[in-house]
Amino acid sequence: MIKIDNLHKKYGKNKILTGVDLEIPEKGIFAILGPNGSGKTTMIKSILGMVVPEKGDIFIDGQKTHSNGLYRKNIDYLPQIANFPGNLGVKELIKMIKDLRDTKADENALIQRFGLTPFLDKKLSNLSGGTKQKVNLVLTFMFDSQIIILDEPTTGLDPVALLNLKELIAEEKAKGKTILVTSHIMSFVEGIADEIVFLLEGKIYFKGSIQQLREKTNEVDLEHAIANILKENNA
Amino acid sequence: MLKILKYSFYDLIRSRWSYVYLLFYLILGFVLLFLNNDLSKAVITLMNVIIILVPLIGTIFGVMYYYNSKEFTELLLAQPIKRSSIFIGQYLGVALSLVMSLVIGLGLPFVLYGLFESSAIWDFSLLLITGAMLTMIFTALAFNIALYNENKIKGFSYAILLWLFLAVIYDGLFLLSLIIFETYPLDKFTLIATVFNPIDLSRILILLKLDISALLGYTGAIFNQFFGTSIGLFSALGMLLLWIILPVWNIKRKAQKKDF
Amino acid sequence: MQKAAQYSLLLLFVFSSHFSSVFSQIEVCKTCPIKTIKEGIKQAKPHQKVTVKAGVYKEHMILIDKPITLFTNEKVTIDGEDKDDIIQVLADSVTIDGFKIINVGSSHVTDYSAIRVDRSKHFLIQNIELRNIFFGIMLAKAKHGTIRNVNVYGDAVHQHSSGNAIHLWHSNHILIEHNTLVKSRDGIYLEFSDDCIISNNLSKDNLRYGLHFMFSNRDEYRNNTFENNGAGVAVMFSKEIQMHDNHFQFNWGSASYGLLLKEINDADIVGNTFEQNTIGINVEGTNRINYKNNTFKRNGWAIKVNGACYENVFTQNNFLYNSFDVSYNSKMNNNSFNENFWSGYTGYDLDDNGFGDIPYRPVKLFSYVVNRTPNTIILMRSLFVDIIDFSESVSPAFTPDNLMDERPLMKQVK
Repeated sequence: MIKIDNLHKKYGKNKILTGVDLEIPEKGIFAILGPNGSGKTTMIKSILGMVVPEKGDIFIDGQKTHSNGLYRKNIDYLPQIANFPGNLGVKELIKMIKDLRDTKADENALIQRFGLTPFLDKKLSNLSGGTKQKVNLVLTFMFDSQIIILDEPTTGLDPVALLNLKELIAEEKAKGKTILVTSHIMSFVEGIADEIVFLLEGKIYFKGSIQQLREKTNEVDLEHAIANILKENNA
Repeated sequence: MLKILKYSFYDLIRSRWSYVYLLFYLILGFVLLFLNNDLSKAVITLMNVIIILVPLIGTIFGVMYYYNSKEFTELLLAQPIKRSSIFIGQYLGVALSLVMSLVIGLGLPFVLYGLFESSAIWDFSLLLITGAMLTMIFTALAFNIALYNENKIKGFSYAILLWLFLAVIYDGLFLLSLIIFETYPLDKFTLIATVFNPIDLSRILILLKLDISALLGYTGAIFNQFFGTSIGLFSALGMLLLWIILPVWNIKRKAQKKDF
Repeated sequence: MQKAAQYSLLLLFVFSSHFSSVFSQIEVCKTCPIKTIKEGIKQAKPHQKVTVKAGVYKEHMILIDKPITLFTNEKVTIDGEDKDDIIQVLADSVTIDGFKIINVGSSHVTDYSAIRVDRSKHFLIQNIELRNIFFGIMLAKAKHGTIRNVNVYGDAVHQHSSGNAIHLWHSNHILIEHNTLVKSRDGIYLEFSDDCIISNNLSKDNLRYGLHFMFSNRDEYRNNTFENNGAGVAVMFSKEIQMHDNHFQFNWGSASYGLLLKEINDADIVGNTFEQNTIGINVEGTNRINYKNNTFKRNGWAIKVNGACYENVFTQNNFLYNSFDVSYNSKMNNNSFNENFWSGYTGYDLDDNGFGDIPYRPVKLFSYVVNRTPNTIILMRSLFVDIIDFSESVSPAFTPDNLMDERPLMKQVK
C-alpha cells in the first residue's frame, strides 16, 4: 500500500504538485491520468525518491520513505523514456541490473515473450525505440516485487508487444500486486485499470473507478470524459 | 558504490576516448624522450603538460561523462542504491580511468627508457602523483558544474571557463596584484593565493623539485619556511587532497538534493 | 776530471760544515731535556730541525725568529688556551709541519691566529690541523710561501665574532693548495695580495665566502670546490684574476651565489662548473671578462647582471636547466653571448651546421619582473608567464633587444 500525504513540489517558480493526498490500495491496477505537465511523472518520481518533495510524506506499507532509497528494493519501475548506456549490450545490461539489485530475477521468459533473443548481444545504442522499450519492460518485470510502477509503458510498442504487455500486467495483477500506471493511451488504461486518479494543476481532480468518471462527466468513453474535464476547466 | 565504480570504469575503459587519451600520452611520452633522450629535460616539458593539459582533459571528460551517462544515472536512480553511491561511484570511475591512462601512458615510455635506473624517478613519481591529483580535482569540479547545470552547452562552457580561469587568468590577476601592491608585504597573500588554485599548487609542488634554487632566492621568511623544508611538500600535498575532498563532498551534498 | 773532483770536495766540505747543525736535530718531548716547543726553538740554530714528540703542549706566542723547521710526525697538539696568537713566524725559510693547533684566543681588537707569518719569505706550512680558531693562518706582508694540506674545521656562528681560515694581507706569490677549509668566516681571504695560486682546495660551509679577493691582482685559482658557503667566491675590485676548472655548488640562500664579481676587469673564467646555486654568477661592474667552457646547471639564475658590464664575452658555455639563464636589470647590453648551448633553446638546425637557425634570447621578461617584484617568483613556469615571455621574445619591450645568441649550439659543449 502506498500513501501520499500532502505532497508539494515546485521546480523553480513552477509549481507542479500543490498538496496531493492519495492512498493506493494494496492490490489492483491504479492509473494516474492528467494532461501534459500535470505532475504525473513528478508524483511517480516522488514515490520512487528520485524527486525530493518540498513538503509532504510518502509511506509505503506504513513505512516512511527514506532518502537512501533502499526501500526501492520492493518496487519495480519502468521509466518513461527508455534511455540506456549506449555502449552496453542487452545481455550485459540485464546482468548489470541484476547484479546491482542483487535479488532473484527471471528474465528468460520475458526475453522469449518479447522476442528479444536476437538482440541480446547487440549494443543498446543500435536498437530501435520499440526494442529499447521492450528491454525496458524486461528489466522491470524480471523482478518479483510487490509494487510495480509503469510510466508510459506503451511508448513505441507494436501491437503484438502491446498485447503481450497487457497480458503481462494482467498476470501480475493476478499475483496480487500493486500496479501503478500512467499513460496517454486511454483505451489501454480503460482496458486494465481498476481505479484512476486524475491530476490537474498539481491537485487530484478526480479519484475513483472508470465507471464513476463516466457518470460524473456523462460521457461514454474515457477519452471523451477526460476531454470534457479539460474543456470545463479551461472555460 | 564499488559496483557503480566498477561499471563506470568498465564502461569508460571500453569507450574510444579512453584509448585516445591513453594513446595521446603514450605518443607524447615517446616523442619527448625520442627528441630529448634526456629524462630531466623531458620531466620539465611534462610538467607543463601536466599542469595545463591534465586539468583540461579532466574537466572536459568529467562534464562529458556526466551528460553522456545521464541514462545510466537515471536507470540507477530507480534501483535501490544510495544516491551518493551512484554519483561518487561514477565520479571515481571516470577519475580512476583517467588516472590510469595518465600513469600507463606516461609511465610506459619512461620505464622503457630506463626510468628505474635514473635519478629522475622521484621527480617523475611526483609528477605522476600531481597529475593524478589534478585529474581527481578537475573531474570532481566538472561533476559539480554538471550537477548544477542541466543544460549541456552551459555546463561545457562553464567547465572550459573554469579551466581557463584557473590555468591562465588567475595567474594573470595574481601577477598583476603582486606588481601593483609590491610595496606591501605580500608573503602571506602570495601563499594564500597559491593555495586557492590547485593548478598553482601543483605547479609549486613540482617547482620545489625543479627550481628549488631559484625559489630559495627569496628573503621572505614564510617563503623559506615553506619551500626550504619538507613541510612545503606535505602541506601542498595536503591542500591538494583538500581540493579533492571538498568538491567530492559537494557532489554528495548536491546529489542528495537534486531532482531527476 | 780533476776539476770535477775539486768541486765535489768543495761540496762535501760545505755540507759537512752544516751537518752538525742541520742533521743533528733538537727533540722536544715531555720527558726530554727540552720540554717545551718554545725552549726547543730557543736552543735551535738556524736551519736546524726541531722535532716534537707526541703530547699536548699548552703554549702560545711561540715565536719563530730564525729559519728552522718545526716538525712532528706524531700526534702533537698545541693548545693556545684561548689566549692570543699561538705561533708567530718572524723569520724567512721557516717550515711548520704536522701539528694540530687548537684554541686560538678571540678578540674584537686583534686578529689572533693559529699561525701568523709576519713579513717573512719562503715559508712552508703543511699538514696542519686547526680546531677552535679565530683566524687560522694569517699572512701579513709575507712572500713566496706555501700553505699545503691544512685542515681547518671552524665553529663560526656569527660573522662579526669569527675569523678567516686562511687570511692574506699584502702577501704575494703564495701557493695555497690541497687544503680543506670548513666553517670559518671566509675559507680563504686575500687583500692586496697579488700573484697567488690557489688550487685543489675544498672550501665549504663557511659563513661568508669560500674564497674572497679584495684589491688583489693577477691571482689564479683552479680546481677548487666551493660548496654550501654563505656565498661561493667573491672577487672584488681586482684585476686579471684567472678562474679555471672550479666547482661552485649548493650555495643556497636569498643573497647567495656561486661567484660574485664586483668591479673586476680582464679576468678569465674558464671550465668552471656552477651547479645548484641560487645565483651562479652575480656580476656587477665588470669589463672584458671571458667566460668560456663553463657549465651552469640547475641554478636559480645562471648569470645575473646588475649593470655597468661592458665587453664581456660568453662563449662555448653550457646552460642546463637553470630557472633563469641570464637576467638583466636594464635594457642596455654591450656583451656578447654567441655560440653557447642553452637547454631552453627550442629552435632547429636545418642547414646542419651545428648552430641553431634562429637566435636564442636568454633573458626572459619574467626574470625582469622577478627582479622588480621578488614575490612573483611563485608564478614561475605558469602558463601565463610562458605567454608573456613568448610575447616579449617576439617584440622585446623590457629586455635588451640585442641580447641574443645568434648562433646557439645544438649540442652541449664537452
